[in-house]
Amino acid sequence: MSRISAPLRRHLAAVRAMLIFTVILGIAYPLLVTGIAQLAFKNKANGSLIKDASGQVVASSLLCQQYVDKSGAALPQYFQARPSDATDSSNSSDPGCDYSYSAGSNLGTDSASLKSTIEGRIASYAKAYDIDPTKVPEDAVTASASGMDPGISVENADDQAPSVAKARGIDMATVDQLVKDNTTGRSLGFLGEKYVNVVTLNLALDKAHPVAAAKS
Amino acid sequence: MSDTWAGLLQVAALVLLLAVSYRPLGDYMAHILTTKKHSRVEKVLYKTMGVDPEADQTWGTYLRSVFAISAVGVLLLYTLLRVQHHLMMALGMPKVNADLAYNTAASFVTNTNWQNYSGENTLGYVAQATGLAVQNFVSASVGIAVVATLIRGFTRNRTDRLGNFWVDLTRVLIRLMLPFSIVFAVILVACGTVQSLGDHMTVVHTINGNQSLYTGGTASQEVIKLLGTNGGGIFNANSSHPFENPTAFTNLIEIYLLLVIGFALPRTFGKMVGSHKQGYTIVSVMAIIWLGSLIFSTFFEVHHHGINLADGHAALEGKESRFGIPASTLFMTSTTLTSTGAVNSWHDSYSPFGGGAAMFNMMLGEIAPGGTGSGLYGILILAIVTVFIAGLMVGRTPEYLGKKIRPTEMKYAALYILTTPAVVLVFTGLAMALKGETASISSGNLGPNGSPSPHGFSEVLYAFTSMCNNNGSAFGGLSGNTHWWNTAGALAMMFGRFLPMIWVLALAGSLAKQKPVPETEGTLKTASPLFAGMLLGTILLVVGLTYFPALSLGPLAEGLH
Repeated sequence: MSRISAPLRRHLAAVRAMLIFTVILGIAYPLLVTGIAQLAFKNKANGSLIKDASGQVVASSLLCQQYVDKSGAALPQYFQARPSDATDSSNSSDPGCDYSYSAGSNLGTDSASLKSTIEGRIASYAKAYDIDPTKVPEDAVTASASGMDPGISVENADDQAPSVAKARGIDMATVDQLVKDNTTGRSLGFLGEKYVNVVTLNLALDKAHPVAAAKS
Repeated sequence: MSDTWAGLLQVAALVLLLAVSYRPLGDYMAHILTTKKHSRVEKVLYKTMGVDPEADQTWGTYLRSVFAISAVGVLLLYTLLRVQHHLMMALGMPKVNADLAYNTAASFVTNTNWQNYSGENTLGYVAQATGLAVQNFVSASVGIAVVATLIRGFTRNRTDRLGNFWVDLTRVLIRLMLPFSIVFAVILVACGTVQSLGDHMTVVHTINGNQSLYTGGTASQEVIKLLGTNGGGIFNANSSHPFENPTAFTNLIEIYLLLVIGFALPRTFGKMVGSHKQGYTIVSVMAIIWLGSLIFSTFFEVHHHGINLADGHAALEGKESRFGIPASTLFMTSTTLTSTGAVNSWHDSYSPFGGGAAMFNMMLGEIAPGGTGSGLYGILILAIVTVFIAGLMVGRTPEYLGKKIRPTEMKYAALYILTTPAVVLVFTGLAMALKGETASISSGNLGPNGSPSPHGFSEVLYAFTSMCNNNGSAFGGLSGNTHWWNTAGALAMMFGRFLPMIWVLALAGSLAKQKPVPETEGTLKTASPLFAGMLLGTILLVVGLTYFPALSLGPLAEGLH
């Protein structure tokens, strides 16, 4: 040992330390947690997946989906998620909520482009749901942080409900009940905000009141 | 329940959790850092590493050991990222570009975790778990080891020995970080955070086609990312991503995790120096800054609630619906006052003063409560400056915890305080002077003639403040994944991490050599509300004012305009 110089010995110790810690903390630890997670909380650990009747995974209740046609226009028979900047920048027709590109707009409050984007969204929301432009819910015209946000505010859902009911030819009470069923209150009653989960709401709508157009 | 009450209860719940943890966790860390006994596992580890656990190191040897593990860490992580396509569970991701791999390696080893990479489309599961997550553990523990030497500088007398780096590191990893992480990772999974190493799961979406799901060792990495005040996300969207942070409850747990060690370390300090009151004094200053900053940013975000296009305000831009404003500002304040830098909302889209507060929090040196270890050594250095200033006022030799603050000690303290602002401001100036590099500012934040708006300048200032203070959060509109930004950023992160560590260890060495001076009538009481007030004033004046001119060009210009 004494024939090795001190700096060399120190770096050899560092190499060995990093290798051992990589085995303990980088391999054993995540495997242990994965083992516990898969045994005890399999569905949650895999992403809170939702399957259809044939067993096919159709959604994660945690991640938003876009309900738009090929041209990017909103499908009226569905509740619309918040605007999403999670898009593949190399694909101009990517509607957002792209699982591989979580992101927000990152535009600041003095940004002219953010201003015009929001103005455009207010105008189209007001027109689509016949709402006074000054009363458009804030969450409906601002992009979420992750671009994966499956939640919308209760006001936003209430504004959209008549249009969804009309497109599906069902009465408002039915839609309102489904909105209520898919609303999550604050965690423990005081943490965060109340929201309506668009993904589970739309799946519930499709299950209870399917429309032919939904398949297009 | 009204929004205001819910917001207040949220803060109260967090404060309660932290207060309950203060004594047991602080005492436990003091035990880890002082006990003479090695566990059987640790003995095996020392043997495998080839180190003598009984050897007591000088500050120079200790520092060289820190450098050795950091250099090896950078090389190992760089290599892993460069060969990740050959590893298991690579999901078909190609190898990471050289400059991005270098930036990411420097970022994780320095506890910064600046994200120029975008996890879900750049890194395979093995590169994340064995590369990034391991550095999350190690870099956080190195910080605690370094602060342990500074505390020993006060408690030891007439010696040049400050402890054994390998022992400190191993114990913090094995006895603190690992068990904590296992418990909280399971809690997070139980609440919906993903943890699955299977291949991409395909989700069939009837309207927009199929999508692949990225899961990986998210919960296991998420916990240490926060507990170790690291902040590098598994996903590009970091803790705003529902797979990392699925509910408002996990959000609270995550904020707790990123604050808990920082807020408990003053207890460790008090216990080791033999006066819990010293610990309470330090923790009270941390708590006041944290609470003050939280009130300030929450006020400005809530004040700008709603869409006011004339002012350009839309407070929910870049925030998640399940968190809302209070839970977002709570996370933002906590992540920028520690060296975490994880985000649950995009700071770039905050109101000018809200985003400015995030920047100011980091500029204070991340001391309330700061990164694991680095926060405490930062505030202790400011405490030394405070006793020095107080000593000047009354014309006595300043003393802190029975040690004289002589010119040597003051030189190291002054170097510590000057290093970070110098690096931040020089790099910011350089980036702004280089026409090609200001092009990285997001195009939406450029003015009509292509010159940066005040907000565009803020993106650059924020970037270097964050990298140099080893925070890692960003005004994310800046495209940092270019040759220049990757390289300059890596340098800023290394300077910001390791230069201050040199001054801290040198200071510790100098303090330990002294013989203790007995406390007399004239000694300034450093465990008192008066001293806490003086320390607070010193922090705001000495550190805060350094950045005032730069802040006035960015957030202040934008907010007052």
